[in-house]
Amino acid sequence: MPPELLRMIIAAVLVVAFVFLNAMILGYMERKVSAHIQRRPGLMEVGPHGVLQLLIDGFKLIGKQLVVPEASNKFLFRLAPILSFAPCVLPFVVIPFAQKLQIASMDISLIFILAMTSINVIAILVAGWASNNKYSLFGTFRSVAQAVSYEIPLLLSILSIILITNTFSLQGIIAAQKYYWFILIQPLAFIIYFISGLAETNRAPFDMPEAESELTAGFHTEYSGMGFSFFFLAEYANMFTVCSIATVLFLGGWKGIPLPLGDYTGIFWFMLKVYGLLFVMIWIRWTFPRVRFDQLMTFCWKYLIPFSLANLLITAVLVKLI
Amino acid sequence: MAYGILTEIFFYLFIILIVFGALVAVSSQILMKAVMGLAMAMFGTAGLYLYLNSPFLALMQILIYVGAVCIMIVFGIMVGYTPKQLAAYAIGPKNTILALVTSLLTLGVLQLGLSRTQWVQAQGAGGGDYSLAALGEVLMTRYGLAFELISVVLMIAMIGAVAITWNGKRRGLK
Repeated sequence: MPPELLRMIIAAVLVVAFVFLNAMILGYMERKVSAHIQRRPGLMEVGPHGVLQLLIDGFKLIGKQLVVPEASNKFLFRLAPILSFAPCVLPFVVIPFAQKLQIASMDISLIFILAMTSINVIAILVAGWASNNKYSLFGTFRSVAQAVSYEIPLLLSILSIILITNTFSLQGIIAAQKYYWFILIQPLAFIIYFISGLAETNRAPFDMPEAESELTAGFHTEYSGMGFSFFFLAEYANMFTVCSIATVLFLGGWKGIPLPLGDYTGIFWFMLKVYGLLFVMIWIRWTFPRVRFDQLMTFCWKYLIPFSLANLLITAVLVKLI
Repeated sequence: MAYGILTEIFFYLFIILIVFGALVAVSSQILMKAVMGLAMAMFGTAGLYLYLNSPFLALMQILIYVGAVCIMIVFGIMVGYTPKQLAAYAIGPKNTILALVTSLLTLGVLQLGLSRTQWVQAQGAGGGDYSLAALGEVLMTRYGLAFELISVVLMIAMIGAVAITWNGKRRGLK
């Protein structure tokens, strides 16, 4: 077997393992942080401070029956979770975890990630429609309208970074932040990116697609067992992708103060920044109420898009002048 | 060249993906399945671009055709059909003749183009600059009009999605 092929197989196994591990860590983090924000202890039973709870939850979900509703379109109903999970794993292939830790380096890594994340919308659409349930359908409509609108400010804010660095390569963008992080010269782009990222991953205060109090669970109302778990894994994998792009574009990626960790310094700083941003995401979810749908659309089209356009124009002029 | 056989296998896998996807797209009576077939065929095409060593085109294919066009069609279907409803279709003799003429004409034109072209190897041919930067430069200057016209694709997809669902709906009610 050629060594390159072997390397790819090992990388694929590692990536999938990391996606599952990430979902476990984030699930634990979310439940613990929410508990402490609400002044209760949260998970305590399984293992010290409940650290093994998510493992047990995983086994429970694998063991559960996958109920397929009689009125649904069965083939598409089963297809949707896979369609949602598979493209969410692929961005991990190009994320630069450290200087030398990147599975495949491409000139156009950023476009690769954007292309892969755009497939997720189809999965949501198919899931919501195939379930043949009015809550699922409403959740789907909201989800698509939200994802399509918030993609515009997201891309515009990324574009202003691209104008400065002149490259789509993630390692190239990190290398361009040699003396300062881009959050210092592009604070507005960072804020717009982060807000759009929250909306793209359907996180509160923009979790309209699965607003529990009105829509039960939105597009995945009818899913049980592993069908639900795949959506759950995909959501957490997406959150990680959004935060790691934010880290690469605005926070200097794996760069940081040199530590006596040898080659592990890069991955330490990268993970610290990404999980820091993820903590902020969870923090926002448990401290802000959900917005109304018209407020959501107004916020995107009347505030985020004009501001990101203005930011892009100013950046373009400054790049041309300097 | 340990990869020779592997790349050949992938090439034929992509071909199978395209043909199978296209067959599903034209034969499935559940429109959502047909769109999934279309998306599959588009993925296969993207794979062929990868095979031809142009990852940028492959990603654009996924971004535009799977990420935008398919979503638009799915959205059209979603408002028009319930999950178990079959699309009504009526293929009369007139349609058959028209379809035959159109597809034969397309085949003929493509065949003419394929046989008349002088093929050169993409890698290292003529010492041209094939980088992404050069491509961007050319798209913005020399092929500016063609680049702008590509955006019409999305509008056509939008109109097409409305037309397909509208037409099917009216026939279904009859």
